[in-house]
Amino acid sequence: MLENYLPILVFVAIGLGFGVFLELVGYFAAPRKDVEDKLLPFECGFDAFEDARHKFDVRFYLVAILFIIFDLEVAFLFPWAVVFKELSWFAIGAMGVFLGLLVVGFIYEWKKGALEWE
Amino acid sequence: MNESMNFSLITSEIFLLCALCVIMIVDLFQRDKERVLTFTLTQASLIVLFVLGFNSLGAERIISFDGHWVTDELATVLKLSIYAITFLALFYARSFISHRNLMRGEYYLLTLFSVLGMMIMVSANSFLVVYLGLELLSLSLYALVALQRDSSVASESAVKYFVMGGLASGFILYGVSLIYGATGSLLIADVAKHFSENSIGLVGQFGLVFIVIGLSFKFGAVPFHMWLPDIYHGAPSSITAFIASVPKIAAFGMTMRLLSEAFGQSISQWASMILIVALLSVILGNVIAVSQNNLKRLLAYSAIAHIGYFLLGVVPGTQESFSAAMYYIIVYALMTLAGFGIVIFMSSENKEYQKVTDLRGLGRYHPWYALLFSIVMISMAGIPPFIGFWPKLEIFRNLIINGYVVEAIVAIAFSVVGLFYYLRVVKEMYFAEAVDAPEISSSRSLKIAISVNCLLLLFLGLLPDSIYQYCLTAFNLMG
Repeated sequence: MLENYLPILVFVAIGLGFGVFLELVGYFAAPRKDVEDKLLPFECGFDAFEDARHKFDVRFYLVAILFIIFDLEVAFLFPWAVVFKELSWFAIGAMGVFLGLLVVGFIYEWKKGALEWE
Repeated sequence: MNESMNFSLITSEIFLLCALCVIMIVDLFQRDKERVLTFTLTQASLIVLFVLGFNSLGAERIISFDGHWVTDELATVLKLSIYAITFLALFYARSFISHRNLMRGEYYLLTLFSVLGMMIMVSANSFLVVYLGLELLSLSLYALVALQRDSSVASESAVKYFVMGGLASGFILYGVSLIYGATGSLLIADVAKHFSENSIGLVGQFGLVFIVIGLSFKFGAVPFHMWLPDIYHGAPSSITAFIASVPKIAAFGMTMRLLSEAFGQSISQWASMILIVALLSVILGNVIAVSQNNLKRLLAYSAIAHIGYFLLGVVPGTQESFSAAMYYIIVYALMTLAGFGIVIFMSSENKEYQKVTDLRGLGRYHPWYALLFSIVMISMAGIPPFIGFWPKLEIFRNLIINGYVVEAIVAIAFSVVGLFYYLRVVKEMYFAEAVDAPEISSSRSLKIAISVNCLLLLFLGLLPDSIYQYCLTAFNLMG
C-alpha cells in the first residue's frame, strides 16, 4: 500500500532539492554589495509611507467572505453546466437546492445590512 | 443492508435544514424584541425531530450513500437525547439572554446548526462525514461563545475556544489522512476490514494516536483539558450549559464510530491510551475542583472528572461497557445542564452569578430551590437513589469484570474526593450563615425548566432502566 506513495516522495524530494539548490546558487554566486537603499522596504520607488501592520476595517473582511461564497458558487456552476445535458432533471434539482440555500444566506446578509458600506 | 441515495433515511436532517432556512427568514422580518416566534419555531422543530426520531426507533441498521451514512439504533438514541437536552437548554437560555442583549435570532439559529452538525456526526460512517459534522458543530459553537461581543471575557474565551478547537480538528484531520494513507479508504467499514486482515502498522498507529489526541481535545480530557475551564467560565452561562452538555453526546457518537467501529480490531492499541487519559482526568479533575470557589469553574473541573469516568467505560471495549459509557454520557449531559442551570438561575438581571458562597442562605429563604440544587450536586457525586449513581455503577462493574480492578479502585477513591466539593455546595446552602437572602431569577419558564430538570434526576434515578434499556438496545444487548 505504502509503496504507491513513492512517486509523491520522489516528487517532494526533487521539488525541495531544486528549490534549495537554486537558493544556494543565488546566495553563493551572486555579487553582494549591501547599500542602505537596497536594504530598505521597496514601495514602487517611493519611500515607505507607513508600517504594513496596521488595522484594517472589518468591512473588508466581510466583503472578502461574501466574495468567497459567490466565487465558490460560480466554481460549482461551471462543471455543472458542462454535464448538465446528461444529468437532466436531477441536475436541475441538485443545483436548485444548492442555489436555494445560497439565496437564503443572501437574503440574510442583505437584510442584516452586510452589503451596505456605510 | 446497503442502499445508495435513499433520501428517506435522512428525513430528519433534511427537515432540520429546511426548518433552519424558514426560521432564518422569519427571524429577519421580525420586529419583536423577545423573539417569541423564533423561539416557538425552534422548539417546535425540535419536537418534530423528536417525533421523527422516536418513530424510527427499532429500525434495522442501514448503510446508505455509498457507505458514507449509517442509520442504526445507536444514532437514533443519541439523536433523541440530543434533541431533548437541547430543548431543555433553550428554555434555560430564554430569560438569561433577554437580559444580556443576547436575544438575537442567531442564538437559536446557531444552536440549531450545531444540532444539525451533531446529527451528522452520530450518523456518519466515513471519516470525511464525521469531520463535516464536527466542523459544523464546532463553528456554530465558536460563534455562540463569541455572541456576547461587548464582554471581553467572552471574546477571549471565544478566541481560545476557536484556536484550541482548530488545533484539535487539525489533529483529527491529520490522523485521518494518515489512516487514508495506510488503508486507501475513508469509509469506516473499509478501514475496519483492512485492519482486521492486516496488522495496524506504523502509519496506522500514528493515525490512531492523532485521532485519540483529537478526541481527547474535544472531550477536554487531561492532559488536553487546559482550554476547558477558561471557556466554561468565560462564555455566557446559558451557552456554557449548552456546550458542556449536548456536544459531549455527539462526541461519544464520534468516538464509537472511530474507535469502536473503525479500530475495533486494534483495541489493544487505543485502550491503554484512553485508560491513561481517563485516569488522569479523574484524578486531576477531582483534585483541582476541590480548590475552586467559582461555581462555573468548579463545574468545569467536575466535567473533566466526569469525562474521565466516561472514558473509563470505553476502555474495556466490550459492547456492554460501551452501552454503560453511553448511559453515563447521556446522564452526564442531563446533570451538567442542571448544574449550569443553577448558575443561570442565580444570575440576576445585571449580575453574573459567580461564587459558591453566593448560595448562602438559599436553604432558609428558598427551600425548594435549595432542595433541587442539592439533588443536582448529590446526583453528580454519584449517590443513590439519584441518576448519577447508576451509570457510575455500570462503569465500575464493567471495569472490574474485565480485569481493571486497580483502575476501578483508583476511580472510586477519587470519586470520594469529588464528594467533598459537591457537598461543600450543599453545605453553603444549608449551614453557612447568610447576610441576606440570595437573589434568584424571577422568570417562570426558567423556574419550570430547572424544576423539571432536577426532578428528572430524581425520578430517572428511581427508574434506572428508563434510559439504560435504550443504551442496551443501541448495542444489541436486549433480546
